[in-house]
Amino acid sequence: MRLAQWILVPVLASLVAAANAEVPPQEKVIAVTAEKFKFTPATIELKVGEPVVLELTTLDRKHGFQVPDLNIDESIEPGKVTRVRIVPIKAGTFLFHCDVFCGSGHEEMAGEIVVKP
Amino acid sequence: MIEPKGRREFMQLLGLGGVVFASGLAGACSNILRKSGDPENDFFFVQLSDSHWGFKGPPNPEAANTLRQAVAAVNSLPAAPDFVVFTGDLTHTTDDEVERRKRMREFKAIVADLKVPVQYYMPGEHDASLDLGKAYQENFGATHYSFEHKGIHFAVLDNVSDPQAALGDAQIDWLLADLKPLRADAPIVIFTHRPLFDLAPQWDWATKDGSKAIDLLQHYKNVTVFYGHIHQEHHFKTGEIAHHAATSLIFPLPAPMSQPKRAPVPWDPTHPRRGLGFREISVDESRLLLTLKQDSLEGAAQPVAASAG
Repeated sequence: MRLAQWILVPVLASLVAAANAEVPPQEKVIAVTAEKFKFTPATIELKVGEPVVLELTTLDRKHGFQVPDLNIDESIEPGKVTRVRIVPIKAGTFLFHCDVFCGSGHEEMAGEIVVKP
Repeated sequence: MIEPKGRREFMQLLGLGGVVFASGLAGACSNILRKSGDPENDFFFVQLSDSHWGFKGPPNPEAANTLRQAVAAVNSLPAAPDFVVFTGDLTHTTDDEVERRKRMREFKAIVADLKVPVQYYMPGEHDASLDLGKAYQENFGATHYSFEHKGIHFAVLDNVSDPQAALGDAQIDWLLADLKPLRADAPIVIFTHRPLFDLAPQWDWATKDGSKAIDLLQHYKNVTVFYGHIHQEHHFKTGEIAHHAATSLIFPLPAPMSQPKRAPVPWDPTHPRRGLGFREISVDESRLLLTLKQDSLEGAAQPVAASAG
């Protein structure tokens, strides 16, 4: 696991995210599993000011985890854990989806990050 | 060869009744209703897209008929187009490699009824993304290529064989070399499946490295892109490049980001083919004016049904 380089999100984005981040002590970790053709959980609830690390794993094949509004674009490989650190700085809803075409239900494989005040 | 009298009648129909849209190749909107100056040198072609052969489901209970209706409608045009082009998602995806090839064979058997000898194809993600384009290439050949037709340079780009929706550096390099011999003012038409620009990345309506292709194309003054994927008409410009999305032959999708989820528009039994159709693109003798006409399948004759794949 490598220490992630911080990714500064564009002006319009409301979160700060870093991929494959170390998990700092006492930071919240949310496990997110991907499988054909869903994410669990499909709704990820966060709070402004509370950093979290998403631990992304796949139960079947390669998937993707893309949050275009936050410039997050990660692959989820079988047998690996992909970590994405997010520091919410503004409330809002941000759509994510699998961006690796994975079959007949691929278009429905999506979810949302909901950041509450 | 287009019969001149029929062609003239077609252009009159265009001007009088059809939905007409002038593309970025042309420039001024005042040219929209310009009639053909020289019918002998004008030509038109037809774009069909997203037939998703093999799809079964509530968004189109008539899916076994729709492609055949489109073929019949093209065959019944007052004049024959110079060529037809299918901009991807010929078949609906399946994990079963045998079934995938069966759907492709069935698709080919149906479009074999087209009375247009020149046909161009490209894959959509449903055809190619699960096997990196292997079955598609077995059935249809190359996934990116170019050709000349009556003074226009056409290039077909593949942004789907990579399951992460990228063109890839090798194809970008190919495009650079392909365009290099052309003058800066040469008329260029690009066919591809996904939008090259970021129409709605949240709905996967984008090409990951599409900006690289657009950057290349920006060096040319007369570029038009025709694509599919989003199952609706959409018109957009990046700089001087015009991008036109086509309706599908399976079910319409909602306007970009107009609702929380990208779900098909519910099927309406009173208008079962609403939102389905194809496009005619007329090219004038200057090769710089493209006139787009949308043809709906609503009201099209019902061909004899056959089972879907």
